[in-house]
Parts: sequence; C-alpha cells; structure tokens
Amino acid sequence: MHELAITESVVEAVTQRLPDARVICVRLEIGAMSGVVADSVRFCFDLVTDGTNLEGARLEISEPSARGRCRNCGAEFEPDGPIALCSCGSADVAILAGSELRIMSVEVA
Amino acid sequence: MCATCGCEDGAGVRVQRPGGPVHDAHSPDGLVHDAHDHDSHDHDGPAHQHHDGDVAGRTVMLQQKVLAKNDRLAEVNRAWLLRQGILAINLMSSPGAGKTTLLERTAREAGAALGLAVIEGDQETTLDAGRIEAAGAAVVQINTGAGCHLDAAMVAQGLRVLDPRPGSVLVVENVGNLVCPALFDLGEQARVVIASVTEGADKPVKYPQMFRAADLVLLSKVDLLPYLDFDAARFAADLKGVSPRAEILAISATSGEGMPAWYDWLSQRTPPRS
Repeated sequence: MHELAITESVVEAVTQRLPDARVICVRLEIGAMSGVVADSVRFCFDLVTDGTNLEGARLEISEPSARGRCRNCGAEFEPDGPIALCSCGSADVAILAGSELRIMSVEVA
Repeated sequence: MCATCGCEDGAGVRVQRPGGPVHDAHSPDGLVHDAHDHDSHDHDGPAHQHHDGDVAGRTVMLQQKVLAKNDRLAEVNRAWLLRQGILAINLMSSPGAGKTTLLERTAREAGAALGLAVIEGDQETTLDAGRIEAAGAAVVQINTGAGCHLDAAMVAQGLRVLDPRPGSVLVVENVGNLVCPALFDLGEQARVVIASVTEGADKPVKYPQMFRAADLVLLSKVDLLPYLDFDAARFAADLKGVSPRAEILAISATSGEGMPAWYDWLSQRTPPRS
C-alpha cells in the first residue's frame, strides 16, 4: 500500500547523500515483518527513479526471514506469517529479525 | 503514497482551521520550519546530510533506515510536545469505525477538563474539523489529497497552525486506513486503534501490523452488540495473539457506555509539564 512513499523515501535519501553520482544499483533490506511488500517496491522503483540520478539503476532486495524469541518459554522460532505465535501458546514474542527496512548500500558508476 | 490506491507525495497537502485560510503543508515557517531545519542540519543520526565526495565506481555503504527522515521529524515533534506537557495520541482505524464521533463526544463531555485539541486527517473536505469545532474543541484539518496516511512533517505543520495549549491532550485523527498509517511515527506518545463491532471480530488478525503497534484498542459501537453476532471473546483472544500488551476498552460514543474509562485513560497519561 504505502510502498510508493517508502520507495520515494529511498530515492530521496540516496539523492541527498550522493547528489552528483550516477547510481547503478541500490541494495535494500526489507524484512518479512516490516509491513512493506518487496514486490510493490520493485513495481514503484522505476517510476520513482525516473529523471533522478538513480534512473536505470538495478534494485536488489534481500528479504530477511522473521525470527522471534518467546518471552514465556524462551524458545526461538521463525514466525509463520505476520503474527508471531509460539508453539507454547504464548503471543508474547520479541521480534529478533524480520522488521528491517533499510538502505544497505548503493553502487555508483 | 500507495502503489495500490494511487497516492502521491506531499504535493497537494493542505492544512487549515475550519473556515480559515489554507496553509501549504510544506511552507517553511513555524514549528515545521524547526522540524525541517532539524532535518537538514541534523548531526546525531547516521542519515545526516553529508554529501559523499569522490565515489565513482564503487559501492557506498549507507546502512540507514528507509524511514529515517520521518522518524527524525517525529522525534522533533515528540520532544516539542513533551516540553509543552502535551499528551499526543495517534488515533487510527478503518474509515467509519467512529473516530470523529468518539472525539465529538469526548470534546463535549471532557474537552474542557482534558484541554482537548484535535488534528484531523482526511484525504479531502473539512467536514470532520467542522464537527469537532462544533463540539467545542480546537481543531485543524489536514487534507492529504491523494495521501493515504499522515506523516511527521504534516503533523508538524498541523501543530504550527493549531498551536495547542501546554498541558493539553492532542488527538491526531489519522486518515481512515488500517494499513499505511501503522508505519509512520508522528511523534505521538501513544497509539490508539478503534475497531467497531460492525466491522467483525477478525480485524486484529487481518491487520496485525496496525494492532501490534496499539497501546489501547477501543472496541466501539458496543450499543449495537444486541443486533450483531460479534464474538467479543474471539476479538479479545485474537488481539492478545497479535499484541499481548494492548489494553481494550469497550465503548459506545452513542450511548456513552465506557466513555468515562476512556477519559480516565487519557488523563492518567497526560505528562507533567517540564
């Protein structure tokens, strides 16, 4: 849904950091529990980079899977989908990984 | 701002009091000027505005949060609000869950005691701001145009126009949407999500991102329960599965049921003035 705004934030951040460079690749990390759909970001990317110094850049997205630790029984597990529920029945789960929404690096020509 | 619903960027965002002049949401004056200033001269985050020099032909590590700019602006809002002793609530729900009706009754019954002030967010019209003003609370309307959520910069501009009194309770009524607003910190101290009984009991599991971030869930329109097959126990259990720490209050802004508990919840959280 909000992926256009998210993609615009990526492009704005990169153009502010590297206003004069021709960016040929952008690497993002979008975790499974980040609330952002990587495919939608891919869909928006060409649209948003058009006319910027990121135009034509390749987009590489890594999608770390989710990891949670149950605060009740201490077990670590991979939540199945966006709702983290431990097999002991507890929903009191600390999310260790999967909520990432980061610009990792860019490659410049 | 969505691929799906066709939202655009900040262009076209308008901020106004009911019947008052329209402010361009990104005009650089007042509190939003401070916010933008902080943004462009920020030196304490990894995302601050260094322009990297000779970078040709190499990989540049950025390692920054995508929403770093919004998060920085939200922190500016939060610090300003806390200095003023203002309790800021980000009120979210689907369209029609009863956000404005809740605030109308709150304004009439407890507006003076709480010092209630409201920032209304809608894509279009000042209808909601008109309702809140008629109920006696200070209000500004933010129209997001095509935007599907409020962001921290819009709220900063809303604060500049609203100029809420120190020690007041500020409720930011977000754009009706159970998806996009969940990701955008506005600088609030607490998030309140309304789920109405007419929407069905399955909303927490259908929209976990939104409910996971909630400090309080208001189950609204409970005066209609006799006419519905809403499973309140399932709703509570599902909510606990998504957000174990969220409190639930059952309310009806029509009958008044549960409203005193909501007013108490707000007044207990009003920060001391510094």
